[in-house]
Amino acid sequence: MTDAIVNPAKSKSELAIIIAGVARDPLGLIGLIIVGVIVFSAVFAAWIVPYDPIAMNIPDRMQGPPTAHLLGTDQLGRDTFSRVIMGGQVALKVALPAIFGAMAIGLTLGMIAGYGPKWLDNFLMLLFDTIRSFPTVMFALAVVALVGPSLQTVVFVVMATSIPTYGRVARTQTLTLRNSEFILAERAMGASIVRILSVHMLPNIIGVLAVLVAMDIPTVIALEAGLSFLGLGVKPPTPSWGALLKDGYALIRQTPWLVVGGGLPIVIATLGFTFLGESLRDVVDPKLRKNR
Amino acid sequence: MSPILEVKDLETSYGHVNVLAGVSFSVEQGETYAMVGESGSGKTTVIRAIAGLAPAQAGSVKFDGQEIRGMSEKNLRPLRKDIAMMFQDPTGSLSPRLTIRNLITEPYKIQGMKDRDLDAEAKRLLELVNLPSHFANRYPYQLSGGQARRVGVARALALEPKLILADEPTAGPDVSVQGELLNLLNDLRERLGLSMVIITHNLNVVRHVSDRMGILYLGRLVEEGTTEAIFEAPRHPYTNCLLSANPEPDPDARLERIALKGEPPSLIKRPSGCEFRDRCPVASDICTQVPSLEVTDGHAVRCLTPLHL
Amino acid sequence: MTEKLLEIDDLSVDYETARGDLKALRNITFDVNKSEIVGIVGESGCGKSTLISAILRLIAPNTRFRSGEVRFKGEDLLTASERKIRDLRGDDISIVFQDPMQTHNPVISIGQQMVDIQHRSKANKAEKRATAAKMLGAVGIPDPEARLSQFPHEFSGGMRQRIAIAMALMSEPDLLIADEPTTALDATLEVQIIERLKDLQRDFGCAILFISHHLGVIAELCDRVVVMYAGAVVESGTVREIFHHPKHPYTRRLIECDPGHIKERARVLPTIPGEVPDLANLPTGCIFRDRCDQAFERCAEVPPLTRLSDGQNAACWLNHAEEPA
Repeated sequence: MTDAIVNPAKSKSELAIIIAGVARDPLGLIGLIIVGVIVFSAVFAAWIVPYDPIAMNIPDRMQGPPTAHLLGTDQLGRDTFSRVIMGGQVALKVALPAIFGAMAIGLTLGMIAGYGPKWLDNFLMLLFDTIRSFPTVMFALAVVALVGPSLQTVVFVVMATSIPTYGRVARTQTLTLRNSEFILAERAMGASIVRILSVHMLPNIIGVLAVLVAMDIPTVIALEAGLSFLGLGVKPPTPSWGALLKDGYALIRQTPWLVVGGGLPIVIATLGFTFLGESLRDVVDPKLRKNR
Repeated sequence: MSPILEVKDLETSYGHVNVLAGVSFSVEQGETYAMVGESGSGKTTVIRAIAGLAPAQAGSVKFDGQEIRGMSEKNLRPLRKDIAMMFQDPTGSLSPRLTIRNLITEPYKIQGMKDRDLDAEAKRLLELVNLPSHFANRYPYQLSGGQARRVGVARALALEPKLILADEPTAGPDVSVQGELLNLLNDLRERLGLSMVIITHNLNVVRHVSDRMGILYLGRLVEEGTTEAIFEAPRHPYTNCLLSANPEPDPDARLERIALKGEPPSLIKRPSGCEFRDRCPVASDICTQVPSLEVTDGHAVRCLTPLHL
Repeated sequence: MTEKLLEIDDLSVDYETARGDLKALRNITFDVNKSEIVGIVGESGCGKSTLISAILRLIAPNTRFRSGEVRFKGEDLLTASERKIRDLRGDDISIVFQDPMQTHNPVISIGQQMVDIQHRSKANKAEKRATAAKMLGAVGIPDPEARLSQFPHEFSGGMRQRIAIAMALMSEPDLLIADEPTTALDATLEVQIIERLKDLQRDFGCAILFISHHLGVIAELCDRVVVMYAGAVVESGTVREIFHHPKHPYTRRLIECDPGHIKERARVLPTIPGEVPDLANLPTGCIFRDRCDQAFERCAEVPPLTRLSDGQNAACWLNHAEEPA
């Protein structure tokens, strides 16, 4: 019976505890480093890139890696390394707003569904299920056909199709929490619904959703790459990992480094975010944390 | 002086399940009333219905002379500072991501008392329940059961309520902590002149804290009287069984145990006649009739063949 | 000489945690004889759960056995093969847990569950069903044949706990471990279960290791008692010695605290002030020293569990007063 023993450790901030917990796990640390590098290179992309990623330089076209160009150049003479770094920025520009937007909306609707009256719950669930029944890629094709390819379109498609996932998880969590004694205690003190949801429910739900976010970001990066590969994503000449992959695929015999330059970051980013998500899941659960 | 709480014919149903079938009792100013019952008796529903946390389809709940049953949450909010609740699970009733300081000052924030010095209030409340002031920065999971229980008491006392509704305030395995909490409650009651309703299944506890008590069986009071009178001479056979089903910490105590037959019947199919008769050790033919709550010398019993009378 | 069934000898168990080793059990020593009911009393944090998991070797990955032996019929369970342990569990040693609402698989009928656990028996299905019905009858479930086809949720908490006892006794174990089996039940059902356990113990002749914080139940049911505090045995002996002549201040105060002990209405009830010490950061000397009202200089040393009379042991220097230090 270890649970009766009081932990006299000083209370650190929640975020510090979580980061320390993730760093203690070897895979979590790898994930943290990878994600850190990706975010860093995306934020400071403009200072990192050695060449203008969209500037054509026909004399230097299709150069192999061991030259002045770290990862060679493509069929238009653009520097692959610069395009990979800029592509990372594009990937995050799609993934982060889409996922955080979906989480914010899904969380709000999910908590309302879980805590509100039955009819509202039924209505929101019907809405979520309807959206979920759309195949993402088909839906994307339809939207692109209507409004044309752009970064905003991809963000919108991803956000719309991800809302139900977050909504459902938030609703289930809210349902399990709503009858717990601490929520009853708040009601007995006269706390308003807004206060119950934002001060008492939210902090207990957000951890679970944070794990989902970390796990979803690579899916979105892959989806953006896939759409760009099909020519439905961001407009050329904007560099994107999917577009790199597409160029490389067409010229795989002449310039194999393009496929590697487009493919490897997707694999590494996916692994990094997944490791981070796995590790986060163990750390945010206080029941698991206590045994450490 | 009028009673602080007056409950009359309170009824609660969930679908077809009639959890409370008309419960009436009252609590005087400064009095502690214990509602005793086993699982399924509806004792938790009683206080939740009083506090507006469980539905109450019929009856009346008067607090300080004012009818509060069915009142809207908006109208009830100002009254909530006079009625405080304590819950069964000491740790589970504390919002897990809040510090103790934020937990015990929560009532001030909810009631919009922004001018209060919350740090000073937190310090005062922790002192009141004998917890060191550095506990303010801890989280609920860092507390032992007994400490969490005292945080619950501190929070209940924050707004100087007139009435406390406490659900199993001594639940939890440790007897050494149980006494501490009972002493604290008795002390606070004397100092602050609180009125209390305590819900419990533990008769050992009732004896030391309550002035009057009611025994609940299947959502109905079967006996009510002063704690002394009931312990001295229980009138309902069920009360008698409860009192005898109390193993004593003495291997040589020869108990005259009155065995209770079977298990509590289902609330969906209530027995006819006296609802206790299938399990009653002294039931007779007369018990096919429905007994009513009869009062003699301030001691009420719902039994056609009462004991000690 | 009575035959020893379970011997716990100088058992020490640690949990490795981020804060250092948590010394959950320290030098635990006691025996359970054949056909005897031994009660283990202790408040939260005393190490009851760790003890049970050590006996059954159902241990968490961060558990470290530091010393001692757990001998069952003379064989050390801590070094026995995994296979041997599995054969013992559920056959020679059975367990009843605290929460009757969670011990049964909710989607399988009670009858099927009771047939399934007879997988070691060579009897055919009809015979196994008959055995199951007989056991349900033995624990006082009315109309047992018909109820075999019902599912756990169709039984009340008290009935489920009796079914759990029936299932535990089905293999006719030599040792039944009962971990707070009545704590989740109402008082009237609690006494029903205790009466039932007494009868069953008489009929089956198994030994029972009965773990409870409820002194009244222990006093009524057990032959001998082991009192634990913060991971150590502070006192053990016959039930009469323990309740009538406690030799350790913790035992004495614990009995005094029990509200069932106090018949007159009291305004101030006795308590044991203070908290159980942090087992990851053990204080020096006697583990109870900080909360003890009789502590003196000698308590700066850890008192050994010493045999005081036939059948009573205590770990307290007060019992050594006449000896030269």
